[in-house]
Amino acid sequence: MNGVHDMGGMHGFGPVEPEPNEPVFHADWEGRAFALNRAMGFTGLWNIDITRASREKLPPHVYLASSYYQKWTLGLQSLLLERGLIEPDELAAGRALRPGKKLPRKLTTAEIDKALARGSFERRATAPAKFKAGDRVRARNINPPTHTRLPRYARGRVGVVERVRGCHVYPDSVVRGEGENPQWLYTVVFDGRELWGPEADPSTKVSIEAFEPYLELSL
Amino acid sequence: MADHDHDHDHHHDHGSELSETQLRVRALESILTEKGYVDPAALDLLIEAYETKIGPHRGARVIAKAWADQEFKRRLIEDASDAVEALGFSNRVSDHLVAVENTERLHNMIVCTLCSCYPWEVLGLPPVWYKAAPYRSRAVIDPRGVLRDFGVELPADTQIRVWDSTAETRFIVLPMRPAGTDGWNEEQLASLVTRDCMIGTGLPRRPNETAR
Repeated sequence: MNGVHDMGGMHGFGPVEPEPNEPVFHADWEGRAFALNRAMGFTGLWNIDITRASREKLPPHVYLASSYYQKWTLGLQSLLLERGLIEPDELAAGRALRPGKKLPRKLTTAEIDKALARGSFERRATAPAKFKAGDRVRARNINPPTHTRLPRYARGRVGVVERVRGCHVYPDSVVRGEGENPQWLYTVVFDGRELWGPEADPSTKVSIEAFEPYLELSL
Repeated sequence: MADHDHDHDHHHDHGSELSETQLRVRALESILTEKGYVDPAALDLLIEAYETKIGPHRGARVIAKAWADQEFKRRLIEDASDAVEALGFSNRVSDHLVAVENTERLHNMIVCTLCSCYPWEVLGLPPVWYKAAPYRSRAVIDPRGVLRDFGVELPADTQIRVWDSTAETRFIVLPMRPAGTDGWNEEQLASLVTRDCMIGTGLPRRPNETAR
């Protein structure tokens, strides 16, 4: 999806503003919004790709004007509504008006360690990797209207495969409802001038983590 | 200003002027709790874990150990997930942690242009600037300019490598060990490791910048 979340290379957002002694959460609600997202993620109703897509689908002006945990809150709310886990009248009332649906699992205090452990996204390969370290590859010029992890700034550009990272859950398929469809994952390095033109800083390189369907051999 | 700030805090604390967002989050938590989808006590524990247990002090331990122990450093570069697992943090680290080493010639910097991917298990939750548009947009097109925003000026002939975290691999920068730290133990070395130097937007403290 060519959304405003795909920000690499955009201008006009101003300087980076580090905050000395920044707290983990800036208000209580941020912590609650964070934990609600994590706890609902734990239910197994959706995975990390689907939560990311729910934030990317926010209207562009909302995405840009919302703080991080506001986006998390709005994304979670749309997932809950989409899946019929809550209804709009309940949001308006601020309380449940009907019983909940049965969930695959629920996060309890006894299982916190499971919720804190990060899962593995690597899966058994069903085909050998097409590319190897050193191969010159072009990021394909694809523009799917659905979730993808190939940033726009890399599309059509030629880079070099640096590492093969194993076979991983393919976000594009998960979000289209087509299952994990694992794909080989590569670190692909681009020269700054390939990405940004001959005027770019020649001492800079940028790498992306690219799934195999994003790439084609460049001879 | 002081009065104003006081008022501001007062309203937040006592809920007389709750923002739309606060109300929305509160409503969501009530609904999800009443429907039996979440347990508020589990939410408390999640928040507590990231406020008190999981943070950049973990990454600092990893970096300090790599500075002090060549064998550990070798393992960290080869497979950071395995190496960090051996340190026995309370929660399992990801299978996909990658440590990238700075040298005299090469400076590494981590970003996630598409969202906010960040190595939570070793650095905790990311700071606001890491998740915000200025950093995400500029890190890949103007990394030297971004570094200047952090007060960091690298030699012109240092190569800069920006890692855009576009998949589930997670990156941590292994900075160069500061000069003048011969004989320091891991705990002393860890006191030089800042969060930003593990993202690549900063450099470690120098020995004279910290109480030894």
